[in-house]
Amino acid sequence: MQKLPDNFESYDDKRQKGFITMKNLKDKGQRVVGTFCSFVPQEIIYAAGAIPCGLCASSEEPIPDAESVLPANLCPLIKASYGFALTDKCPYFYFSDIIVGETTCDGKKKMFELLNEIKETYVLQLPNSRDYPDALESWRNEIIRFKEKLEDFYKITITEDDIKKAIKMKNRERDILREYLELGKLVPVPISGYEMGTLIDGLSFSFDIDERCETTAKRTAEVRELWEKEFKGKESKRPRIMVTGCPNMGVRDKIIKNLEELGADCVVIDTCNGIRTQLDKVREDTDVYTALAEKYLNVTCSVMSPNKPRFEEMGVLLDEFKVDAVVEIVLQACHTFNIETYNVKRYVTEEKGLPYMSLETDYSQSDKGQITTRLEAFIEMLM
Amino acid sequence: MNYVGIDIGSTAAKVVVRGDKSIKFVIPTGWSCKMAASSIKDILLKDGVDVLGEDTKTVSTGYGREAVDYAGKTVTEITCHGKGAASIFGGEKAVTVIDVGGQDTKVINLENGIVSDFIMNDKCAAGTGKFIEIMANRLNVELSEMFELAKAGDPVPISSLCTVFAESEVISHIAEGRKREDIAAGIVSSVALKVSSLCSKQRLAEKVVLTGGLSENEYFAKLLSDRLKKHVEISTEGRYAGALGASVIAERL
Repeated sequence: MQKLPDNFESYDDKRQKGFITMKNLKDKGQRVVGTFCSFVPQEIIYAAGAIPCGLCASSEEPIPDAESVLPANLCPLIKASYGFALTDKCPYFYFSDIIVGETTCDGKKKMFELLNEIKETYVLQLPNSRDYPDALESWRNEIIRFKEKLEDFYKITITEDDIKKAIKMKNRERDILREYLELGKLVPVPISGYEMGTLIDGLSFSFDIDERCETTAKRTAEVRELWEKEFKGKESKRPRIMVTGCPNMGVRDKIIKNLEELGADCVVIDTCNGIRTQLDKVREDTDVYTALAEKYLNVTCSVMSPNKPRFEEMGVLLDEFKVDAVVEIVLQACHTFNIETYNVKRYVTEEKGLPYMSLETDYSQSDKGQITTRLEAFIEMLM
Repeated sequence: MNYVGIDIGSTAAKVVVRGDKSIKFVIPTGWSCKMAASSIKDILLKDGVDVLGEDTKTVSTGYGREAVDYAGKTVTEITCHGKGAASIFGGEKAVTVIDVGGQDTKVINLENGIVSDFIMNDKCAAGTGKFIEIMANRLNVELSEMFELAKAGDPVPISSLCTVFAESEVISHIAEGRKREDIAAGIVSSVALKVSSLCSKQRLAEKVVLTGGLSENEYFAKLLSDRLKKHVEISTEGRYAGALGASVIAERL
C-alpha cells in the first residue's frame, strides 16, 4: 500500500479536531448550516455568510439508539446520522443552526420528518428525474426558495453578487480537489485511495475554504514530486480499481484500506464523497440560479431515474484512470444503488470488458471476514 | 517433493497431497481451526509427509486458512475451488462451478481454468451446508439419512429464505404430523431453490459442476439440474476440489 504522509490525520482525528474549531467559530457568532447530501447547493449557504457542515455519519455507534425509532432494515448512513441527532452525540449537529435535507432517497426523506422534531429541518424538493421538461426549472425555483428560506431564517438579504462570489470560491476549490483526485491517473499511482478518501471526507470538518484549498494543493504538489522521483517509469503489478456506488466513509477501512493492503490500488473513487461531485463546475457566465440548478441536478446519484449520465461519466473515468476492475459498494438497504448494480455490472463487463464485483455491507465489523475473502479472491482473479 | 493442499472449511477440513506421495483425507474442523491444522500436521507426519520439511510445499485455503501456520501461502477458496474443479472435471473453455460449502455457497465461472467471475451468498445460512445440517438435527437424522428420506418424500413447502424462520416452519410441519420424508424433501428442495437463485445472478457456462460437501449427492444434483435446466456434473472427488486446487498452486511456489 502506498505510504501515508508523515502528518497523516485519520478521519477520526479530523473529526475530533474540528469540534474545537467549530466551537470557537460558534462563539464568534458564525452561522452554521447542517447538510447531508451533495445535491444541496453549498454556494447558497456560503452566500448567506454561513458555513455548510456535513452531517452524514459513518459510525456504527449511534445505530442501536436510532433503531429505537427507525427500522433496523434501513441504510446505515441514515440510521447513524439520525442516531447521532437523537442522542445529541454529534457536536456538528448540535452546532448547526438549521438542517437542510433533500428528497433524494425514500429513507432519508422519511427520516427528515423525524429529524425535524429534533431540530428544524428544511427539505429541498429534488426532482427524481433530470429528463422531464420542467425538471431544471423546478429545481431552479427550489434553489431560489432555499435562498429565501435562509434569508428569512437569518433575517438577511442574499444578493446575486454574494452568490457569484460563492460560486467562484467553490469552483476554485473544485479545481483544486479535482487536481488532487486526478493524482490517481498517474501510473504507477503514488497515492492510496485510502488517503484520498480520508482527505475528502475530512474536508467537512475543516471550515476555512482557503485553508482547505491550500492544504490540498500542497499535498498534490508533494505527491507529484514524489511520483517524478520514485514512481515514474516504474512497473506496478497492482491492479487499478475504481470504487463506485454508495458514499463509503463508513466502510472506508473495511473495504478501501483492505483492498489496498491486499495488493490493489484504488485509483478512483466514483462516489459522492469521491470525484463524482468535483467533475462539473458551476457556470460563471449565466444566471446564478440556472447555473446552480444545472450543476446540482447533474449529480450522478442512483436516486435519479433514469440515470444515464452516471454511465457516461463512469466510462470516461474508467478510461482516463486506466482502471483494471470495478468494485461497487452498496450500503445495506440502499435500494436505488442496489438495483442499479445490475446495470453497472452489465455496463462494466459487457461494454467496457472489465471485471466487476459488488458488495452489500453496513457499518458493522461482523462481515469483515467474508468481505476480505471476496476482495482477496477478486484480486487473485485479477493477478 | 510433496505438494500439500489444505482446505479448512467451517465444517470439514480436507487435505490432498500430490507428488511423491498421494494422500487424501478429511477430518471434522471441530471448534478450532488451529487444532484442526495441528491434527493434519500429525496425520501427515505419520504418513511420511513432514510439512515442515524442505521437500514439502503447502498451500492453505478455506475459512480457516490463516490458522495453518506452516503453510507457505494462503489462497482464497474461490481461486482454489476453481483450480481444483478444472482439474477434476476438465478445464474446458468455460465451466461454472457451484460449491455448496458449510457456511457459504459460491458460484464461480472459469475460463480456461482461471476464475473470471464469482458470487457468494450474503450473510445468510439458507442455501448452505449449515442449513441442511441444522435441519437434519431438527429431524433427528444423519445427513446421509436425510437425503435418503427426501428421495421418498413429496416436498412440503418451506418458503422462508431465512434459516431461523425455516427451522420454525419445519417445527410446525413436525407438529402437524407431516411425514418425515416429506419434510426432508422440502428441506432439500428449498436448498436447491436457494442455490439456483444465486446461480441465476450469474451467467452459467454450458458445463456446470458441483463441488463441496454435496458433490457426491446425485439426488441433490438432480434437483439442481432440474431447476437450472442444465446437467450438473458431480464427482466423488468434488469435496476435495478446494484442497486439490491448493495443492496445484503449491506446485508453483
